[in-house]
Amino acid sequence: MDFDLSEEQRLLKESIDGLLTDSYDFEQRKKYMKEKGGWSRAVWLKLAEQGLLGLPFSEADGGFGGGGVETMIVMEALGKALVLEPYLATVVIGGGFLRHAGTDAQKAAHVPSIIDGSKTLAFAQLEKNSRYDLFDVSTTAKKKGEGWIIDGEKFVVLNGESADTLIVTARTRGDRRDKTGIGVFLVPANAKGVARKGYPTQDGLHAADVTFTGVEVGADAVLGNPEDSLALIERVVDEARVALCAEAVGLMDESLKTTVEYIKTRKQFGVAIGSFQSLQHRASDMFVAAEQARSMSMFATMAGDFEDARERTNAIAAAKVQIGKSLKFVGQQSIQLHGGIGMTMEARIGHYFKRLTMIENTFGDTDYHQRRVADAGGLI
Amino acid sequence: MDLAFTKEEQAFREEVRQFFRDNVPPDTRRKMVEGRHLSKDEMVNWWRILNKKGWGVSHWPKEYGGTGWTPVQHYIFNEELQAHPAPQPLAFGVSMVGPVIYTFGNEEQKKKYLPRIANVDDWWCQGFSEPGSGSDLASLKTKAERRGDKWIINGQKTWTTLAQHADMIFCLCRTDNNAKKQMGISFIVFSMKSKGVTVRPIQTIDGGHEVNEVFFDDVEVPIENLIGEENKGWDYAKFLLGNERTGIARVGVSKERIRRIKDLASKVESGGKPIIQDAAFREKLTACEIELKALELTQLRVVADEGKHGKGKPNPASSVLKIKGSEIQQTTTELLMEVIGPFAAPYDEHGDDGSNEAMDWTAQIAPSYFNNRKVSIYGGSNEIQRNIIAKAVLGL
Repeated sequence: MDFDLSEEQRLLKESIDGLLTDSYDFEQRKKYMKEKGGWSRAVWLKLAEQGLLGLPFSEADGGFGGGGVETMIVMEALGKALVLEPYLATVVIGGGFLRHAGTDAQKAAHVPSIIDGSKTLAFAQLEKNSRYDLFDVSTTAKKKGEGWIIDGEKFVVLNGESADTLIVTARTRGDRRDKTGIGVFLVPANAKGVARKGYPTQDGLHAADVTFTGVEVGADAVLGNPEDSLALIERVVDEARVALCAEAVGLMDESLKTTVEYIKTRKQFGVAIGSFQSLQHRASDMFVAAEQARSMSMFATMAGDFEDARERTNAIAAAKVQIGKSLKFVGQQSIQLHGGIGMTMEARIGHYFKRLTMIENTFGDTDYHQRRVADAGGLI
Repeated sequence: MDLAFTKEEQAFREEVRQFFRDNVPPDTRRKMVEGRHLSKDEMVNWWRILNKKGWGVSHWPKEYGGTGWTPVQHYIFNEELQAHPAPQPLAFGVSMVGPVIYTFGNEEQKKKYLPRIANVDDWWCQGFSEPGSGSDLASLKTKAERRGDKWIINGQKTWTTLAQHADMIFCLCRTDNNAKKQMGISFIVFSMKSKGVTVRPIQTIDGGHEVNEVFFDDVEVPIENLIGEENKGWDYAKFLLGNERTGIARVGVSKERIRRIKDLASKVESGGKPIIQDAAFREKLTACEIELKALELTQLRVVADEGKHGKGKPNPASSVLKIKGSEIQQTTTELLMEVIGPFAAPYDEHGDDGSNEAMDWTAQIAPSYFNNRKVSIYGGSNEIQRNIIAKAVLGL
């Protein structure tokens, strides 16, 4: 049992923290937000230069063979700096599908351009009524010759506006909520019949609603088994949830730090407001919440490697519950302790709160995951 | 980073578990499962079995009878002990006064007291809190005056746990009235059988008798019963309280209780089906299990850190253990109350000192709920813990 980082992991942490300290303060972030698609190509290329975009890929595929802990380190750092660039969509999720199900040809076609930063991906999964159920898929993929024709609508596709390739879940047979008959397809974003409507999200990221109308793709677009890929989707989404947990921990750390600094300097009644016990206790409770979240983020990271899918899913669901509860408390109380200034767009803290809030509602909220853990018989 | 236990650690867990299976008297275990009080004899009997095995004072240095286990082994031992369940070693002797004596006491004191602590030949109690000194412990007034080769002790202690069983007390006494309040305190040990010691029971809201008031009226104590240096008692008290960092979370206790909740909740009906199938109840139980898992991981982080960096440097995460640990213990007793619902009501006014076999087991659930309100109060209330986090961790 060991919670310490290895030498290589410590170096990785230093390298990404260093890069973001130099190129990602709050003012710089505002500029990046105004760039095309809402994020900075220059920063993305810097991440590529440091090898961060190739982190989870095997050395055979041109990557660095990093595991869950490496992704956790990166996501925590990205959270801390409130990074806009599409690491989750491209490297964690897109990369995840390619790593777990990509053929050699598919990997050769996509992985090098992920690693060098020239292409980004997006995961088109959410539908109008699917909410958090990954198996609830109405979008269809119908066989045509060797290839497929995709029809349907996907919503709030993160990085959907900028992505070069969309990874689309679609039903190849059965009814909307059947757990079999679901496939995963690589679809070029500029394919005929793909219509994207992009927009900013509450937390300053960008997403798109995407309509697929008679989109034709070849047999080489299929990731895994086109008739039975729910387990694949769940595996990759579990990895995304783990990554989100780590990002949330970074966000909470920074929120708590910023808030504590603020109440040490903000004066009322002639003293720093941090000298008041009611505020001290609130800050202590935020610390407790953040530490519990950190513990569960580590647990989720380890669970990502569990062989037993049920055990893995249950552990990650439990982590998402803890993260959801902690982030709500830390986020809301950060605003409360900042007082009026916390309500302004101008202050950093509100942006952390907003990103935290969106994380709760991504890939299953607290209630959703708590029910899943309960249905699985709990943890003890 | 690696969360898995090593093969050796897993084998150790199996060894410990097997020892408890074979050696904890079944009646002792049953009473623990049912949340009953144990008699003094039952507890002492078990602790002597443990001591005979060489595990009575496991975390002490080897030269005084300890095991030399790693922090992870201690963690496993405690978890298995709590989960079996079996009584934990008497904290006042084994975790509190013992380490103070082997760290600050002289050779004679070590020889005299340590083996008797290990074998519970002496039952120790703690003389810290006073009626006017709770959270503000350093304001204590119990006085020890030097007269010839004796200390003369006058004053009153309170919340003295199981003083009714005690042979010995370790006591914080004021020995200098002129110094700053923390600087004039000494750490003195003496027999509870001394002339002038009076123990008066305090009945707690659960109806039980765990705590007492202890009065000292011109109690004469040999001068050599001072531990360490005169007026350094506050330092020893801080050392003592900081010593037990990870056990305080009581993860094993809460785990065991959750198993019991699940067991009962699948038998007790609500709306014509077992209450475990009630969605609202299950959500609450699940929420508690998840909190407990997070706490267990936080505890493991503290344990692993201790293994790496030694006990000296407190891990900020350790401050979480007391707050969350006590909250979760309280939630588990609340959930048990919820399970038995209206059958929580009957009160057995004879109480339960461990001998009342006729008492229905459900009668312990409400008292246990009432009794567990103490866990967020003792050992530095949760509000004091928040002060500590604010100051020591956040720098407020």
